This record gives sequence, C-alpha cells and structure tokens, in this order.
Amino acid sequence: MKMRLILLSLTLIVLASILGPWLSPYSLSEVSAARLAPPSFSHWLGTDLHGRDLLTRLLYGGRISLLVGLVGATVSLLVGVTYGLISGYLGGRTDNAMMRFVDILYALPRIILVIVLITLFDLKLKQLLDGTILSSLASHARLLLLFVGLGLVEWLTLARIVRAQVLSIKERPFVLSARLIGQTTPTILFRQILPQVLPIVLTYLTLSLPAVILEESFLSFLGLGVQAPLASWGTLLADGAALLNPIQSPWWCVLFPALLLALTLLILNFLGDQLRQPQK
Amino acid sequence: MISFLLRRLLSSIPVALLVIVVCFLLVRLAPGSPFSSERALDPATQQMLESKYGLSGSLPEQSLRYLGNVLRGDLGDSLKFRGRTVLEIIGQSLPRSLLLGSIAFLLALGLGVPLGAWAAARNGKTADKWLNGFALLTLSIPTFVLAPVAVLCFSFALPLLPPAGWGTPLQLVLPSICLALPFVGVCARLTRSGLLETIGADFIRTGRAKGVSEKTLVLLHALRPAVLPLVAYAGPLAASILTGSLVIEEVFAIPGIGQFFVSGVMNRDVFLVSGVVLIYCLLLLFFNLIADWLTAILDPRIRLQS
Amino acid sequence: MTFRRGIPGLTGLLLATSLLTSCQSRPRADLVICNGAEPQTLDPALVSGQLEGRICSALYEGLTRRDARGKSVPAAAEKWEISPDGKIYTFHLRPDLRWSNGEPVTSHDYRFSWLRALQPSTASPYAEILFGIQNAEAFHQGKLPADSVGLETPDLHTLRVRLTHPLPYFPSLTSFTTYLPVHQATVEKYGDRWTQPNSWVGNGPYRLLDWKINDRVSLEKNPSYHSPKRAQLQRIDALAVTRASTAFNLYSTGQADLLLDKGLVPSLMLPQLRGRSDFHPGPLLATYFYRFNVTRPPFQDVRVRRAFALAIDKESIIEKITRGNEPVAQALTPRGIADYNPPEGLPYDPTTAQGLLKLAGFPQGKGFPRVSLLYNKSELNEQIAVEIQAQWKQVLGVEVELRNQEWATYLRSLDELDFDIARSSWVGDYDDPNTFLDCFVTGRGNNRTGWSDPTYDSLLNRALAEPNAARRLKLLAEAETILVTQAFPIIPLYHFVGCLMFDPNRWTGLYPNLLDEHPFSEISPR
Repeated sequence: MKMRLILLSLTLIVLASILGPWLSPYSLSEVSAARLAPPSFSHWLGTDLHGRDLLTRLLYGGRISLLVGLVGATVSLLVGVTYGLISGYLGGRTDNAMMRFVDILYALPRIILVIVLITLFDLKLKQLLDGTILSSLASHARLLLLFVGLGLVEWLTLARIVRAQVLSIKERPFVLSARLIGQTTPTILFRQILPQVLPIVLTYLTLSLPAVILEESFLSFLGLGVQAPLASWGTLLADGAALLNPIQSPWWCVLFPALLLALTLLILNFLGDQLRQPQK
Repeated sequence: MISFLLRRLLSSIPVALLVIVVCFLLVRLAPGSPFSSERALDPATQQMLESKYGLSGSLPEQSLRYLGNVLRGDLGDSLKFRGRTVLEIIGQSLPRSLLLGSIAFLLALGLGVPLGAWAAARNGKTADKWLNGFALLTLSIPTFVLAPVAVLCFSFALPLLPPAGWGTPLQLVLPSICLALPFVGVCARLTRSGLLETIGADFIRTGRAKGVSEKTLVLLHALRPAVLPLVAYAGPLAASILTGSLVIEEVFAIPGIGQFFVSGVMNRDVFLVSGVVLIYCLLLLFFNLIADWLTAILDPRIRLQS
Repeated sequence: MTFRRGIPGLTGLLLATSLLTSCQSRPRADLVICNGAEPQTLDPALVSGQLEGRICSALYEGLTRRDARGKSVPAAAEKWEISPDGKIYTFHLRPDLRWSNGEPVTSHDYRFSWLRALQPSTASPYAEILFGIQNAEAFHQGKLPADSVGLETPDLHTLRVRLTHPLPYFPSLTSFTTYLPVHQATVEKYGDRWTQPNSWVGNGPYRLLDWKINDRVSLEKNPSYHSPKRAQLQRIDALAVTRASTAFNLYSTGQADLLLDKGLVPSLMLPQLRGRSDFHPGPLLATYFYRFNVTRPPFQDVRVRRAFALAIDKESIIEKITRGNEPVAQALTPRGIADYNPPEGLPYDPTTAQGLLKLAGFPQGKGFPRVSLLYNKSELNEQIAVEIQAQWKQVLGVEVELRNQEWATYLRSLDELDFDIARSSWVGDYDDPNTFLDCFVTGRGNNRTGWSDPTYDSLLNRALAEPNAARRLKLLAEAETILVTQAFPIIPLYHFVGCLMFDPNRWTGLYPNLLDEHPFSEISPR
C-alpha cells in the first residue's frame, strides 16, 4: 500500500514535468506585463520578475533537475560502488593506494574542477557538436558538461562508504567460506558482498540524488549551471532567494520551488527506505 | 599502532603536495588572467606582473617553481589582495572558520546522532516518520535559501539575533545553525540506518534474550558498530565544515576562509587557492586518519593493515 | 578510554580560546560604513576601484581634493599658477604638511609618488591618467628615463608640472587616487607590504589603525594632519560586505550607519525606499551599455547595429528591472558635466528598426545568424539581458542566445573579441567627457569592439590640443555624435544612479554628487 502511494506520487511528478509544459498556455521564457504577481487565477503560482509564469517554469525545471539528478547519481553509483568494492576487498597496499587517489580527488574543491571543466570545454564541445548530427545538442553543451562533472564528483564519498563496509564484511564467515569453496573474486564481490553493501548504497543513493540536484543549484547560483532561459529548480530557487528582503518579499518565488523540491526529495527517500525493507 | 600512524603521516605529505600542484595547474589552465579588470591592462604591464609573481614561462616551469617555494615554506602572495601573503590571509581567516566550523560540527553530530538513535528505537512509529521527514527537509533546502530566510525570520520578523557581522558571540548563532543544519539530517539518517542494521544482528538478539533493556541495547551495544558509516562520513564532513561555506560567509559577512575557494578561482588568484586547498587537504587527511582509527577501535573485526 | 575523555576537554579548550581571540576588543566606531567588497590594496598607485579610492582619500591628501559635493578644492597645494599657454602649472604647497610619523611632506614626495606610479615595475593600472605630463607615457613605456618627465621641484614647497597639451581640468585631476603621495622611506623599506597597519605612513586626515581582511578597515583621526578640525570623527570602520542584501540588513538593524556603494542597495526594494528620509539618490558619472563586435558579421553592418539599437525600450528596463529612476542613456556621457551637452541619441523606434533589418537582408529576422549576448553573471545583468532578449525577439523576430560567463573568462572574451554583443559599464574618472570618449579611439585597450574611425580619432586629438574650453567641448560633442548617432559600436542603456542610505537627523556632510565623492573627513554627526 505504502509502496503504491510512493510510486504513484513519483510518477505524477515525473509525468507532470514531462507533459505539463506542453499543456500549459504559457511558454518557458514568455515575459509579460504581470511582473511579480502573487498567485491568481491566471497564474496559479504567480509570476517572477519578468512576468514569466512560475508554474510553467517549475514544470520545465523539473525536467532538467530530475535529469541532472538521475544521470549524476547513476554515474556516481557505477563508479563509486565498483571502486569501493575492489579497494575494500583487495586491501593492503592496493587499498591504500586507491584510497589515497580518492583522497587526492576529494581534496580538490569541486568548484575548481567544475569551473575549469566548463570554461575549457564549453566552447570546444559546442564546436564539436555543431558539425555532427547532434548539433541540436550544441546549445546544451553546458548541460552535458554539468552531468558529467557532477557525477564524477559524487562517486568519491560513496566509494569511501562502500569500502568501509567491505572491510568489515569480508572478514565474516560466509565470505571466508566462499573463498574456501573456490569462488572467484568477481563472484565473491558481486554475488556475496554486493548484496550486503546494497542497503547502505541505496540509502546513500537516495541521499546523493538530492545532493546532485542541490550541487547544480549552487552552481547555478554562481552562474555556472543551467543557462537562461532554461530553468531548473535550482535556478528558480536561486532567483527567488535573490528577491528576498525585509520590506516586501515575493514569497511565492521561493516557497513553491522549495516545496516542490522538498516533496520530490522526500518521495525519493521514502522510495529508498521501502526498497531496503525486503532485506529484513 | 604507532607504525600505522607514521606510515599514514608519511604517505600524506606527497598526497598534499600532489594536490596543490594539480590545483595550481587547474587554475592556471582556466581561461582568463588574474590581472585582468574592466579597464584593459596593456600587454607589457601584464607580462611584467606575470614575471614578478613567478607566473611566466611554461606551465611545468611555473609549477616546479611554485612547488619549490612551498617546500621552502613560502606559499606565495595573493594576486588580488596586493601586498598580502597567502600565509597572512590564511592566518587571519582560518581561526574564524575553525571557530564557526567547530560549533557547527558539534551541532551536526550533537543533534544528528541522538535524533537518529531515537528514530531507530521508535522504528515504524509516528515519531520515526516525523523525524525522517524533518531530516529530509533539512537536506532539501539549499543554504542560499535557508540563510536569507533564517535572517528574515530571526533578525526581522522576530528581532532576536543580529543579521550579519563578526565579533560578538550572538553573531555566531545563526551562521553556525545554517551551516550545520544540512548535515544534521544526513547524520541522523546514517545513524538510524546503521542502527537498524545492527539491531537485527545476532549479538543483539542474544542480548535481548539475556534480558538486557532495549535502551541499553541501542545505546551501549548497538551504537558502536552502527556508527561506522557515520564515522566514514564524518571525516570529510569535518574538513569541509571547518573550512566554511561561501554562501554563509557572504550572507552573514563572516571573514572566513570558505569564500576563497570560490572567489579565488573566479579571480584566478592561483596562490591563494592552492594555499587554501592545502589547508583543506591537510584537515581532510587528518580527519580521515582519525576516522580510520576510530573505525578500527569501534569494529574489532577490522584489523588495521600493517 | 583516556583518549575518549580527552577529546571533549580538548575541544572545549580550543573553542574557548578561539571564542576569546575572535571577539572584538574595541568598542564600536563613531561611524560604521558599508563600503563595498574587501579593498584589494590601499597603495594609491595600485588602486583601480572606487571603494579603495574612498578609503585612500581619507588616508592620503593630494594637491587638490574633492569636497562633499564633488567640487575640486585646494588641499595640500594652497595655490597654483598657470602659464599663458596652459601647459605649465606651478603648485605651491602648504608649509605645515606632515606625514603621520611627524616628518614634513615636501614637493619631492609628490614627484617621487607620481614617478613611482608611472614606473613600469609598479604596474599601476591607472598610469595613463598621468600621461598628460610631458614624457610621462614614454617613461612608462621604458623609452625615456625618469628625469625627462616634466616634473620639477625648484624648492621643498614648489612643484612645477609641464604638460604635453593644455588640460583645463588638470588641477582637479590631481585629486585622483593615482596622484596621491606615498612616503618614500616606508615604501623603500617595506616594499609591497608597506600598507600593513604597523608600517603604514600617510598624510591624510585619517590614519590606518587596523585592517583585517574581509572584515573591516579601521581608520583613526590623524593627529599630524594640518587641519585637525576638519576630521570630526575619531574612529571610522569601513566594513567589507559583498552582498547588497547583507549590507541592507546591517544598516536596517543599526550595525552600520551608512551605505555608500551604489551596488549595496537591492534594486527590488528601490520603489519602496524612495519615499524614505534616509534614502538619498543622485545621478552618477557612469553608464551601462552594450558593445557590438564590429569585426564579425552580422554586426559589421551598421544598419543591423542601428536596428538593434532602435529596438530596445530602455524606459521599460528602468521601470521594471533597475527601478532606480535611472536616466535613460541617449549618449555615452551622462548629463551634468559643466558646460557640456551630450548629443541626443536614438529613440525607441521599432518600425524603423524592422525596416532597417529588412534592408540589411533579414526581413522579420528570417535568416538571421545565431548570435549571443555575453554578460558576466550577476542578478541585474541577467535580468536586463532576459528583458532585452525578449524585446529583440518581439520587435525584430531575432533569436539572441544568452551567454553568461564568470568574471575572468568574460574579460578574456572581451579582450579577444570573442563575442557578438556584450554587456559593459564605464565609470568616469574625472568630470570631463574625455574620460568616456577616449575609450573608443582606435586601438585603445578599453575599446574592445574592434571599431575604428579616423574622423573620431582626429576630433579627439584636436580636442586634446585645443586651449579654448568652449571649442574643445564642441569638438568632443561632435565626436560623441558620431559614436551614438552614426556608428553605433555601442548601445548606451542607462546612466547609473547612486543611493546613499543614512539618517539625515544623525549625520551631515553627505551629498549625492555626480562623481560619487563622499570624503570621510566631511562627514560629521549632527
């Protein structure tokens, strides 16, 4: 029953983000004279500084945010879990070296990596894509760079956590006996140890999806994220937060993006929790 | 134990040096110059400035020169804040970030762990669900929204606290809470899930059969191995909280070190960025060391690799 | 186990120490100002920003200075004579000038400081403001020795300056930050670090008490200053604040008494603030404009540039986005410079714009190549860009892509002409149109459009050599007419409006003025 409710809500949000923009009478970047208008019948969630309909922008933003979160989290999952499994199981010098490598990458602030990545490759990627069939993607070069950049940054913590778990799991009797029977290392890793590690991984994953989305919003706040006129929940939040002041704040510009973001992340987390139950 | 410590310390030094050289290279690779401004600078002056700060020549030359200086204890001068050395800037800004960060770190753990434990003990009941929801809420609000909203609530709507600035203890309250809040949720959830895993384990069932109270089981026996994932997380957490956050420092006008990570890169102030990254790196290595050590203590099943 | 118990104890001790050391031990200053971001330097030869300039006018005193209304008045020089051809100025210094360490200030100090600013090794970003002096430019480029520069010190209190051209505004120019004096022995002893509080020496009404990075600059009344009555406040703190909302919060809660920098009042609040008694707006000598890259199609075609310029409704931007009642910019130079009338630029004329675009080969925007509008990320820049993008789409049918870059990359794109349209702004350094118009002379570093017009260049050159003030301004106006009504390498959008925020019942000596000069020594409590 619970699971159905969660899946239903998630599907609703995803569907709304995909289909909603087509159903809306407003477009993403259509400015109008009704600037900073509070919620009304013509604009259900109000408008922003340029008179753009907030609801429409939120739905479009959902596409981008969910996509960023999904791709980033997937990249981090694939790389991080594999890395942590191998490092933790092999132990000794290899583990040391692998973890030192993680430490080095960790010690580099993401922002530096991301700025360099974006500024160096933004133009080149655009030029590259322009000549090929993917030229429609050329204007979204920045978005593609974001996916890769954010995903490549999130895997580090996951690798550390997985490795810590593996270090304690690999001494357990069932692993030792698996080795005794003669199972190969990959089999042990992926058949025996991975299932034990999955619960923590899933928990962390449901924490890292929102982390990626939030990271993207911070980058947008700095001007390196999604470019105008595209919107993501992060950019909407950043724009709204910039309008806050003690005299007269357009509260709808902050509340609705924040609510939608929080709601989605809540659902994702409940989903993660439910997924772990069968282990018991 | 001692040999483990020494080995880790020795292997940390090349890591730290490698990190700052990579950082130096990255910032130099990024397009743009540290000396550019809205008023154009003539090329001769630009070249002169570059040679003055040791930034002329090929990239390998520049990095070797920088590395040599660092090994001699000279972290260089800031390219944006003329006349200040990187060491001086760090010396003034780091203690402030450390203070704010320590308070925030203690808050994050001090609130997060008990909340997580409480939620685990009441697993499935309403209290657990509410705590879960609260933890998630703290995770899903970015700091650049939380901080201005907190200021509006507690400095204007209810004029209780100063909205910004540095110098009095009251001015530390809002920034440390805003800095800690996102991590309270993570800590709570990691504690809770770790505890829920451990509670199902054999040795706990034995304890229950023996008649030990639920509370003692959770707090005394289950907590230790359960916090392993939290400990692994707390290492990097300490390093990043102690070096502060750009948003907190801008919104609350805190003269800390966090802003230099971003502003330094934006200004291409390569020596300042590398210096600040070095500090972050050292803190990270230090706290990871402590985390690994605690892991070994807490889980007797792990043997420290020697 | 002892380790476990030791940790809380150690932590507690560390916290307590940090708490104690980081708390301010000094009482609140008499005046607390939100000055803007952290000053990059307080060495007058290296200063290029207004916020640093403000602090420098309190720390050092030039031959002349600006008063609270921005008017140039004598300062270190009590009087001066001008030769009949207008090229030789003889300044007579006051006899009672002193450095903050008690030593007398002489004409040698001024000569040394100006030469230092011109010296190639100093790498001063504003060396060119001294280029009016004979051989200054050649010395700066390393072609001539220091002695050949037109600066003589016949005695300790006289400074004779030879100019290449007669500059009527030269005396007021000497109040500019780059012309401020530095103490030779201190600079030579401490090198780059001479501006640190324990080594600093200056000759202004205030001295440098303390300077904590990203925190505040603390100034204290200078007892060696020649007119001690002028500086009415004993201590002034200039806070380093980057965000407008934070600065406003500090002001609203009384932690700061005065908001000085024009960027420190959030634009959204301006309509509400307008009626308040503590809100003091005033026009500034600064313009916000868009540049074209005239070396690339489609903006090589002047008709296309004109069409784009005619299609912008500047009034709506001021009404909806900037909200500060900024004057629409018809020309590049703001109004208000004495005796100068900037030309009338282009009005908002969508019909003509559409016609021009059709003539250029893009009826209703069909076939128009993909172009981008470059700006550095800031809320205001993006908001304006979004508006104008929509206007161009609506009027001309043209899709302009928005391209934001962070600061350093943005500057590089400007320098390398790697843009189609770019956002820019310019603040005048002195109250003469030349400070704006000089940028667009062929080959100037600040040109950044690729535009070159020999008629424009020759007009400006003739103006430089013209001794008659009225004729000179007429030549400048002719040049500006070419710029904004014929050639359009730029589209001026609006002139900045500065706002001071302070309680007029508590403070006096602050007046909004074109040059945005608010000398600290003029501020006093009521």
